Amino acid sequence: MPEQTTKQLKNYKKDFLSGLLRTMLLIRRFEENASKMYGLKKIGGFLHLYIGEEAVAVGAISAVDLKRDYVFAAYRDHGHAIACGADPNVLMAELYAKIDGCSRGKGGSMHMFDAEKHMMGGNGIVGAHIPVAAGCALKIKYKKEDGVVLCFFGDGAIHQGSFHETLNMASILKLPIVFICENNQYGMGTYYERVSSVHDFSVMGGSYGIPGKQVDGMDVLAVYEAVKEAAERARKERIPGLLEIKTYRYRGHSMSDPAKYRTKEELDSYKKQDPILILKEELTAGGLLDDKTYKQWDDACKKQVKNAVDFAEQSKEPPLETLYEDVLIE
Amino acid sequence: MPKITFREALRQAMDEEMARDEDVILLGEEVALYNGAYKVSKGLYEKYGESRVIDTPITEEGFTGIGIGAAVAGLRPIVEWMTLNFSIQALDQVINNAAKMLYMSGGQLSVPIVFRGPNGPAEYLSSQHSQALQTIYTHIPGLKVVSPATPYDAKGLLKSAIRDNNPVVFMEAEMMYSWEGEVPEGEYLIPLGKADVKRQGKDVSVVTYAKPLRVVQEAARRLAGQGIELEIIDLRTLRPLDTQTVFASVQKTNRCVVVDEAWPVCGMASYVGYLVAHHCFDDLDAPVETVTGEDVPMPYNHTLELAVQPSVEKVINAVKKVMYL
Amino acid sequence: MAEFIRMTALSPTMDEGTVQKWNVGVNDTISTGDVICEVETDKANMDYEAEDEGVLLEILVEEGGSARVGDPIAIIGEKGEDISALKQQAKQQSEAESEKQAASAAGQADKAAAGGEAAGEAAAGTGRGQKPAPAQAAPQEAGQPQPVPGAASRETAAGTTGAAATVPPQGTVSGGGKPVTTRERIKISPLANRIAAQNRINIAAVRGSGPGGRIIKRDIEKIILGQTQAGTTAPITGAGGISDMETPVSQKRAVIARRLAQSKFSAPHYYLTVEVLMDELLASRELMGQDDPQGKLALNTFLIKLAAEAIKKHPLVNATWLGDKILTHGSIDIGLAVDHEDGLVVPVVRNCGARGMREIDTDLRALIVKAREGKLSLVDMEGATFTISNLGSFGIDRFTAIINPPGSAILAVGKINKRPWVNRENTIEIKQVCALTLSCDHRVLDGAAGARFLAGLKNIIEQPLRALL
Repeated sequence: MPEQTTKQLKNYKKDFLSGLLRTMLLIRRFEENASKMYGLKKIGGFLHLYIGEEAVAVGAISAVDLKRDYVFAAYRDHGHAIACGADPNVLMAELYAKIDGCSRGKGGSMHMFDAEKHMMGGNGIVGAHIPVAAGCALKIKYKKEDGVVLCFFGDGAIHQGSFHETLNMASILKLPIVFICENNQYGMGTYYERVSSVHDFSVMGGSYGIPGKQVDGMDVLAVYEAVKEAAERARKERIPGLLEIKTYRYRGHSMSDPAKYRTKEELDSYKKQDPILILKEELTAGGLLDDKTYKQWDDACKKQVKNAVDFAEQSKEPPLETLYEDVLIE
Repeated sequence: MPKITFREALRQAMDEEMARDEDVILLGEEVALYNGAYKVSKGLYEKYGESRVIDTPITEEGFTGIGIGAAVAGLRPIVEWMTLNFSIQALDQVINNAAKMLYMSGGQLSVPIVFRGPNGPAEYLSSQHSQALQTIYTHIPGLKVVSPATPYDAKGLLKSAIRDNNPVVFMEAEMMYSWEGEVPEGEYLIPLGKADVKRQGKDVSVVTYAKPLRVVQEAARRLAGQGIELEIIDLRTLRPLDTQTVFASVQKTNRCVVVDEAWPVCGMASYVGYLVAHHCFDDLDAPVETVTGEDVPMPYNHTLELAVQPSVEKVINAVKKVMYL
Repeated sequence: MAEFIRMTALSPTMDEGTVQKWNVGVNDTISTGDVICEVETDKANMDYEAEDEGVLLEILVEEGGSARVGDPIAIIGEKGEDISALKQQAKQQSEAESEKQAASAAGQADKAAAGGEAAGEAAAGTGRGQKPAPAQAAPQEAGQPQPVPGAASRETAAGTTGAAATVPPQGTVSGGGKPVTTRERIKISPLANRIAAQNRINIAAVRGSGPGGRIIKRDIEKIILGQTQAGTTAPITGAGGISDMETPVSQKRAVIARRLAQSKFSAPHYYLTVEVLMDELLASRELMGQDDPQGKLALNTFLIKLAAEAIKKHPLVNATWLGDKILTHGSIDIGLAVDHEDGLVVPVVRNCGARGMREIDTDLRALIVKAREGKLSLVDMEGATFTISNLGSFGIDRFTAIINPPGSAILAVGKINKRPWVNRENTIEIKQVCALTLSCDHRVLDGAAGARFLAGLKNIIEQPLRALL
């Protein structure tokens, strides 16, 4: 158990800590159910599961204030949406392509949006949302607001032209944005070291004068602290930040990926670092949690997800006319 | 009424809209200190400052995406592409983000942005710098596409485009920037999606837009001398297309020629031609004729370059063909 | 490539021509402009100038033979070419043609009226819910829109209502076999096709000046202009300063002229008159009108219904002469002649035997409105099995009318005059008297038959309840 974190446990409110754990649990149960429903053909197309990475979204987003801050994610976005406080009912309904989905059935897994909670969406094109996130930061700066933008993307996106162009401009324009690379080590089926000239991504901001840091993504509090630091610096000093948060996904890239590119041993070793279990043990060790309470929370999450599934099942298909809605604002 | 250039008309439009709404900002290469590669944004930096008129590095994908992000977040940016040729690098942002954000988010996020710049061939610029790309943008649902041919239309349409809550691709032309025309001094807007009958005539409906308008007008002058009266319809907006004006004209003249600078394959001319053939079938005395750019990359040699583009002769020949002369 | 030389419209109104004389023979070389034969048309003998060059390979219509406009009369090509396929085509086509002609009304005095009109009438006859007679012609006819009886420009059986640029085949063999098309596709612009249809112009007879022989608007306009003659309405000033006036004959007038001339000169007309006491009818009409929120029914409505009732008892009045048989129609469709500035029109009220006066009145009023606005359709005006013409409002006491085909009788109604009348008691009363004159086609209705009907009609009008007997 990372020593750093044990010391810091005292610095946090109990509610805050339990909130982190419960949100990670909710994401975990949600993703597991989504996977199950996909297998039952209730969900089709893409489904990129966040299982194993929960600490990143939860730790990061709990470090910001969504009333003034914004979140942009890529296609592995369910965790970010839930961490932003989006209603699991509405997210599951979107996966089910129903009219009550967050995007009225028109988006799907990769396009989770909750504008009110400043969850500015997932995006299906690798790296395409990175400049868009910076544009949102431009608005904050222009309007002299005190917000910050968190822009999440993966190790597969960090070599995209859009990443480099954006970091350059974010630096020139002094935009309040934190670029968060969730390095789960595999860009689809390719181990990141094979396709990266530099293996420490945190230095890649250096070409643009942007400070970078590597973070242990299985430790939710480490994530929280790192993002908080970078976010406040961006907010106050208008200096963008780059974080490489090292994490791991327990499932394949998507539902069609058998993930043969890694060994069982590797997977098992990371499962031992399950961020949920890590925090659970920390809290238990710190006397803030017992198994019974944990089980209650877990059951509550399972129930909440079951409700979401029921909600999605009962929700209606979008009527045919909606095909033509939301193409343009009339 | 004062006569101003196309360039000045655009500048006035941006100036007026920036004065009217402080959410309007301009970003692009050379738009600020250089006063614009084609001087369209001249004086705006001095007037509105560096927070509103932003020089970007040469990163079309990046700054186009940033513009889209600013729009999504609530501003009303104008993104200037030095030429539409360079916009190809930003296509992913326009097509996958700008055009689809409203739809993908179920109506939650809108993109009130204008992408603008010169489109089509100029002179001696060769193939990579002479492309007329309206076909590509007009193809995409979720975008609006505007292509004016006069200073009057340019100003009124650009103002409307800036006020439109949807992503608008606004196409100008290097060769048109110095064209002059009468523009009223007061405030006026031209709605998107309305074509304009630039000349009334009884014999042939010639449908066109952008730079070829002058070629068509010259053809009309010459043909009038032979007793042939063209009706010229300037589409002005390509998406959404004002088909009613076109159909009403063809129902009157029974003959149609479509003139379009872009390449012929799957282009605007073929689409408008299909619409006319389909909706005005019983009114046509001859098949629809099209005059388009030649199906080749643009050559450097100027004579060849002119041969690639619609010309007065080509238009006259097409008119005579539909009149069986 | 060998191809047909076809009979061409040597005058705008020509339907058919008779080859009088061939000036070339088989294996002669023909150049464009050569007068290859002389053709007798509806108007005069005309020179047929060749349009093509080549060698005459076959004569399909000999001297004295007729062909309709568009039909092949010869084959031209290169010397020695194999034309067996073309010959076969022509043979099949002409066989079908002659069957069709046999099915149509015989006894036509005017050859020019043959072909289209006869076929049209046959169609009108066969299409009226009865079994079609000769197998060959009928299905082809039945598949086409019902022609207006005697319509002038239904030149070819192909029917040019403008729907398709493709003219349906002439020589279609039916009865289970696959249709064999003998006609080439006619190329025509949609606009020209539409204008041609509106003006009842036979496109098969038009030579197109567009690419590939496409018929274009200009070609049709020329014809219309030609048909309306030189278009001079300028008065020709005579010596005494009094001018003559030439008015071009409109399509409509030409049609009326042709139809009625044809009726008059082919059906042997005779005329029967009765004087009918209208008092009862008029009184009933008034009485009924008082109770009726919509006011009085039209007098013509009464006449139509009562005539229909009389026809029920004398069905032969509702028949058509078909040459080798008489077709008695099931439905009593009565036309009423309506005056229109452009010319007479006869809208038809359908099924008068089965419907009440209220329905008939409503239909009639609607049709008259349409007639006044010039909006009657072909369907509104075709197939009157009996017609009534009422000139009473013009002050005409009595008159004889011309039968309106496909009917065999027409009732002319005169003015209702107050007359002194000797009644049963041999005293004189003032009565309202109307002269009805029935024109009959003697081929269908002998004098006695006509007389019985007219007497019966008089009885029903004078005492309408008699209709219930």
